[in-house]
Amino acid sequence: MSTDTRAAITIDRSKASGPGKHTTKSTAGDKVVGGVSHVVLALWALVVILPMLWTLLGSFKTTAEIFKSPFGLPAQWNFNNYVSAWVDNNFGGMFVNTIIVVGCSLILVMVLGAMCAYVLARFQIPGGRVVYYLMLAGLTFPPFLAIVPLFFILQGMQLLNTLPGLIITYVAFALPFTVFFLFSFFKSLPYEIQEAAYVDGASEWRTFFQVMLPMAKPGMAAVAIMNFLGLWNQFILPISLNTNKDNYVLSQGMASYASSAGYALDFGQMFAAVMITIIPVLIVYVLFQRQLQGSVSQGTSK
Amino acid sequence: MSLSSPGLDSALDTAAVTAARAGRRKAPRLGRRRLTFDYVSFLLVFLGLPLVIFLVFVISPFIQAVYYSMTNWTGFSPNMQFVGLQNFVKLFQDPTFLQAMGNNILLAVVVPLITIVIALIFASMITVGGPSHGNVRGLKGSSFYRVVSFFPYVIPAIVIAILWAMIYSPTGLLNGALGVLGIDNKQWAWLGEQSTAMGATIFVIVWSMVGFYMILFIAAIKGIPGETLEAARIDGAGRFRTVTSIVLPQIRDNVQTAYVYLGIMALDAFVYMAGLNSTGGPSNSTLVMSQYLFRTAFEKGQFGLATAMGVVLAIITLLFAALVIGVFRLIGGKDEGGRS
Repeated sequence: MSTDTRAAITIDRSKASGPGKHTTKSTAGDKVVGGVSHVVLALWALVVILPMLWTLLGSFKTTAEIFKSPFGLPAQWNFNNYVSAWVDNNFGGMFVNTIIVVGCSLILVMVLGAMCAYVLARFQIPGGRVVYYLMLAGLTFPPFLAIVPLFFILQGMQLLNTLPGLIITYVAFALPFTVFFLFSFFKSLPYEIQEAAYVDGASEWRTFFQVMLPMAKPGMAAVAIMNFLGLWNQFILPISLNTNKDNYVLSQGMASYASSAGYALDFGQMFAAVMITIIPVLIVYVLFQRQLQGSVSQGTSK
Repeated sequence: MSLSSPGLDSALDTAAVTAARAGRRKAPRLGRRRLTFDYVSFLLVFLGLPLVIFLVFVISPFIQAVYYSMTNWTGFSPNMQFVGLQNFVKLFQDPTFLQAMGNNILLAVVVPLITIVIALIFASMITVGGPSHGNVRGLKGSSFYRVVSFFPYVIPAIVIAILWAMIYSPTGLLNGALGVLGIDNKQWAWLGEQSTAMGATIFVIVWSMVGFYMILFIAAIKGIPGETLEAARIDGAGRFRTVTSIVLPQIRDNVQTAYVYLGIMALDAFVYMAGLNSTGGPSNSTLVMSQYLFRTAFEKGQFGLATAMGVVLAIITLLFAALVIGVFRLIGGKDEGGRS
């Protein structure tokens, strides 16, 4: 999205600055504004990067080294902190739990959300609008209101403190966002192709899975990335509904480790745990940076 | 499901499908369907399944919460009495809850304001900070800033909070950096002192949000037609004037949405608080309602009272959204009807 606009602007510029070359010379005022802008933005970039750098360096240092100087290099580069965080403090187990929970709920919510959005967007069903507005309401209400009853609903279903219980609540709470965004996407797909599938004798099921869903791939990808980040970062649901230490996910494990140690925290191990938690999202961010910023901009153009 | 079999005209195995095919030959129009097995099973699974999950795990807890908030339920004992609005009366006489509510309201006002102002300044610099001749264009090399500032958005909020708790700790990065600059503040505990705890907390939330809203505003500004900016420039508007008189009114809806979202986030704020000061900070100076709710529910077991807090939180959230939308209507006029 944003890149498209940028391309359009670039084309504009080359057209305009073609004949009148003399106008491209910067004035002193331009330089001041440009300079100040660069300095301010660079300072902010520094404020963002420094804590990250501190964490990365710290994850290789001993706690004593961290306290000695914030940006000194470690005397020995090794993965001791990572190993002890992964093994001794069970961040390895939590990592696996997080992968299972986020992976399963992501697949489920994408399938269910796409199906629901498809029906709501392309079929006239009595009550369809009501469902749509119900989803919107679910998107705006604070999840905290639901926490206590949810606790007892899961308890009644024997799902409290289990991974399946966590997965199903993740799915339920990610559903409104997914449906809301895919709704407009399915709405924009051409009707002729759907009709053609029917004419060729495809069932409703086949039309969706073999014709419509593949066409919705770009929208699905954008929503899936956003959902992955949202689910990976989920915190309130696991700390209230998943209190069994063996089933901990990374976000709650981090919090419990940090609060149990207080100021006597082993900074080195903590940094390693932080890195373990953010490396997956970092990878997703780097890989899908363009789509992610694109989908953010897409959200504004509605 | 024989969905994976190749070729659309390959034999499908149910009689219902044949029936559906026969039925559709006459009425292929969308919207009006015959209730064949295919169509009904499709609707049941496609709409019914997600809807059941959604109703059971999202909508029903919300509705139950409203009822529980009017009981003295403690969760583990079966007897639960209906006490009407007693819980709410109790809440509004509880100084700790009122303090938490005050902190939430402070956050809901201050966090969006600071975040949006900073994000707007950055977005304007990036989009219209370029040379003042020719077409209006952005700063050179700005994609670096965009990639970097957006980064905190993808980090789990709890990690951000814990990280900043370490940065703010007496021996942490901030005091270390100040020491390098020659400022010795004797190992100040930024989150442990009442005078700085709230400010430090607000900074963390702003830090994590600025990049996201900057990207949002950049996209919105790029959506403004180039001719509009051009015309302003020809009429002699400088960059500042362009931003305040042309850009801001054009992206008013985006700013409004951002304000609502940031405010809702600040009214919750649980994740940040849990990482920064899980106990509520020095003399509860950073305690928020959600934290108090969590403590009342899962530590004290007073579920009725806790859900009452949830209801108060939800009402404040709705009021806040209505207020923001109302204020934006007032200051912006209603000429555009809310959407461009």
